Amino acid sequence: MCLAIPMQVRTIQADGFGIVEIDGVQRLVGLTLLDDPQVGDYVIVHAGFAIEILKESDALERIALFREMAQLWEAEQGQSAGQEPPPA
Amino acid sequence: MDDERRVLLAHGGGGRLSRELIDREIVTRFGCEALQGLPDAASLMLDSDSIRFTTDSFVVQPLFFPGGCIGDLAVHGTVNDLSVSGGQPKYLSLGMILEEGLLWSTLRRVLDAIRAAAQACGVSIVTGDTKVVRRGQCDGIYLNMAGIGVGLPEFALSAASIRPGDAVLVSGTLGDHGMAVLAAREQLFVESPLVSDTGPVHRLVAALTPWADRVRLMRDPTRGGIAASLHECALASGFQLEERALPFAKSAQVIAELLGISLLHSPCEGRIMAVVADEIAEAVLNAWRALPEGYGACRIGSATGPVGRVTLRTLIGGVTLLDMPHGELLPRIC
Amino acid sequence: MNAFQDPTLAAAARRLSASIRASGALMAEAGRTVRIMEVCGTHTMAIARSGLRHLLPENVILTSGPGCPVCVTGPGYIDVALTLAERDVTIVTFGDLLRVPGSRLNLAEARARGAKILVCYSPMEALQLAKSSPERQVLFLAIGFETTAAPIVAMLDQAVQAGIDNLSLLTAFKCVPPALTALIADPEIAIDAFLCPGHVSAIIGAEAYRFVAEAHHIPCVVAGFEPLDILLAIDGILTQLKNRVALVDNQYQRVVRPEGNRKIQSLMAHYLQPADVDWRGIGIIPQSGLALRPEYRAFDAEVRFSLTVQSGKIHPDCQCGEVLKGKITPPECRLFRHGCHPDHPIGPCMVSSEGTCAAYFHYEQAASDQQAGRIQQPEPIEPPARSRDDTHG
Repeated sequence: MCLAIPMQVRTIQADGFGIVEIDGVQRLVGLTLLDDPQVGDYVIVHAGFAIEILKESDALERIALFREMAQLWEAEQGQSAGQEPPPA
Repeated sequence: MDDERRVLLAHGGGGRLSRELIDREIVTRFGCEALQGLPDAASLMLDSDSIRFTTDSFVVQPLFFPGGCIGDLAVHGTVNDLSVSGGQPKYLSLGMILEEGLLWSTLRRVLDAIRAAAQACGVSIVTGDTKVVRRGQCDGIYLNMAGIGVGLPEFALSAASIRPGDAVLVSGTLGDHGMAVLAAREQLFVESPLVSDTGPVHRLVAALTPWADRVRLMRDPTRGGIAASLHECALASGFQLEERALPFAKSAQVIAELLGISLLHSPCEGRIMAVVADEIAEAVLNAWRALPEGYGACRIGSATGPVGRVTLRTLIGGVTLLDMPHGELLPRIC
Repeated sequence: MNAFQDPTLAAAARRLSASIRASGALMAEAGRTVRIMEVCGTHTMAIARSGLRHLLPENVILTSGPGCPVCVTGPGYIDVALTLAERDVTIVTFGDLLRVPGSRLNLAEARARGAKILVCYSPMEALQLAKSSPERQVLFLAIGFETTAAPIVAMLDQAVQAGIDNLSLLTAFKCVPPALTALIADPEIAIDAFLCPGHVSAIIGAEAYRFVAEAHHIPCVVAGFEPLDILLAIDGILTQLKNRVALVDNQYQRVVRPEGNRKIQSLMAHYLQPADVDWRGIGIIPQSGLALRPEYRAFDAEVRFSLTVQSGKIHPDCQCGEVLKGKITPPECRLFRHGCHPDHPIGPCMVSSEGTCAAYFHYEQAASDQQAGRIQQPEPIEPPARSRDDTHG
C-alpha cells in the first residue's frame, strides 16, 4: 500500500503546513510529521502529509548506479543491446 | 443576499420569461436561417445521403475548469464524435437544463463559449430547448447536444479492417482533461499548469483524407481514456502499446500519481486515436504535427492480431495487460 | 526526481534481470525454488504494472502477502460505517474503501441509496468538514498500515488541539511486523525472503525487521517502488540466499532510516496503543493493530455510538485468506473469475485494484497468454461502463 511521491518544499507556514511542488503542480500539505523541514527539501507525500524527507544525495547516487548498469549492459551486449528484451 | 440576476423557474416555463431568455440570449448568439421564427423543428438541407448523427450529454463539475468550460466541451464532444465517425460536422442542437438560481452571468459565459466553439468548428446551432429545475435538482447547468454531419466519402472505417502490424496513433498527450478537471474539483492543488485538452479534432480528421482508404478506425478517447477506446476495438484485434512511446504531460503524470489514477484511464476531450496501415503512419504523423492541435502526435503501438487483448510493453521490458477502467475515477491513497 | 523513469535506464533492468537469471539458474541446479513475499500492495501493483515477473526465472517466485489495508478489512467494519450512515452520520473515506463489500452493501451502493459519503484524499478534509459543519457528526474511516496511520494521527492531533467534538474515527489500523511474525509461524507457508514495504518502513525504520533476519534467518530487503528498485532488491535477496546469510538490507535509503521517523512514532504512541485485531483471512493476531488510547476514546466511533465491529459474512468459498498468506495463487481459488470479478468482487483481494486477485486479473493474464503462446478466442467485452463520469460532460 501507500502511494507516495516526492515533491519539493517551496514554502513553510507558521501553522505547520506548506506548499510543495513538482513539475509545476503545487499542493498544500502538512509538514508537522517531519523533523525540521527546509525550503528546497524533497519530501515524500502521502495522504496530504509529508512523511519523510528524501535524501537527495542517495537518490542521485541510486540513479547513477542504474545509469552505470545500463551502460555496462549496453557495452556487454554490443550492438544487440537496446532492441529486444530477453525472451521470457 | 447578493442582487445579481439569476435564472428563475419561469425562465423554463414557456411564458414571457422563457421568450425573453430565448430572444436575448439564444437568438442573439446563434441566430441563423434555421432558427428564424423559432420553429418547433429545424428544416435542414444536406448535400449527401450519408449522414452521421450523434448525441451526448454534459454534466462536468466544475462548470469552468483550466482550459475550458462545459460550453465548449459540449461543442467539442459532439463535433468530435461526428468527426471520428468519418463525418463532417454541420449542425448541432442545444438542450439546456438549468438550475433555479444559476447566475445569469454564468449562463452567459457558457453560451458565449458555445458560440465561440461552434464558430471555430464551422457548425451551426439550429434547434434547442431550455428547462429550469428546482434549486438542488441539478448542478448549475447540464447540456445535451445532438449533432448531424455528412459522411466524408473517402473513409470506410471499420474495426474489422484492422490488420496485424497496423499503427496506433494519437494526436497528443493523453489524459490531460480528466486530470485537469479532477485537480480543479478536488481543490487539492494550489497551482497546476495542466489545462484540459478540450478542442475539436475535425481538422485532424480532414488531414487524413489523402490516405483515407488506409485509415481503419478513429476514436476520440473520452470516458475511460485510451484504455477504453482500445478495448472497444479489441473485439476485432489485439493491440500492444509501448510504454516508452506514450505521450504524457509531466504535470498530468504528477497529478495522476498523487491521486493513484492511471492516465491511460483518464479522458481526453481534444485528442484522436487512429488505427492506420503501417506504411502511412509516418505521413499521417507529419500531417498532424503540422496542425497546432496535433503537434504532439505520435505512434503508441501496433495491432497485434485477433487476440482481443490490449497489452503494454513496459519500460523495463515486461508485458502487462492494460485493464479496462472500472468507470469511476477515484482518488486512492494506496 | 522522475529520473527513475528515464527510458535510457531500461538497459539496467536487463542487466539486473540477467544477474537474477544467473542466480536463479545456480539455485535451479540445486533443485531450489525461491519464494519471495512482497508484503506491500503497492509493490504488488508496481510488479504487476511493470510486467516484472516476465523478467524472472521460473524458480524465483514473487508471492503477495497481506499487503493492503483494504484487503485485510472485514465486512463488519463496512457494516458499522453503514449503520452510522443510516443514523445520518457523514462518512469521509479514502476512495480505496468505496467498493469494499460489506455484508449487504458497499459504500458506493449505500451512497446511491442516500448515505452521505465523501471521498477524500487527505484526512484533513474530514477535520475541515467537522469544523465548517458543527451540526454534523463526521466519521472518518481510519484505515491503513503505519504509513497511513501517520497522517490520520496528525489530523487527530489538530482536532484534539482545536477541541472538535463532532468528529470520530472508526479505526482499523494494522501493523506490518506482527503480520510477518504470524506468517513466519504458519508452517504451511514457506517464505525464503521478504521484500519489505518502503513507505511503511519510512515510519517504522528498517531495524524493525531485524528480528526476522536474526531470529528466523529470513532475509529482509527494504525497497522503493520503481521497477528498478524492485529488481535490485530481488537481486540482493538472491545474493543473500546464495551466500546463506540473512540480513536486513535497506535498499531504500533515500527515504528509509534505520530507526524510522521518530517524530511520527512518538505522535502515534501518544494517541494509539497496540491492540489485538482481526485480519481478514488470517484471523486475530495479538497486538497487530493500533487502537485509540483510553484518554482519546471520545474520538472513537465505536465508543461514541456504542457499536462494535463484528466479523461479518464472507462467501463460504472465498479463499482470500489463503491468497493473503501466499498459500495459493488467485487462479487456484474456486471463485476467481467465476463469480468474483473486479466489477463484482466477493473477497477483498479482488476489491482493491492492487489486491492480489485484482492484480492477477488485470495484469498477469496477458503475460501468461503470451508465454504459453495460446491464441484465445477473445472474451466477450462489455461496452464501457456508462456510469456517470462527470469529468467528461
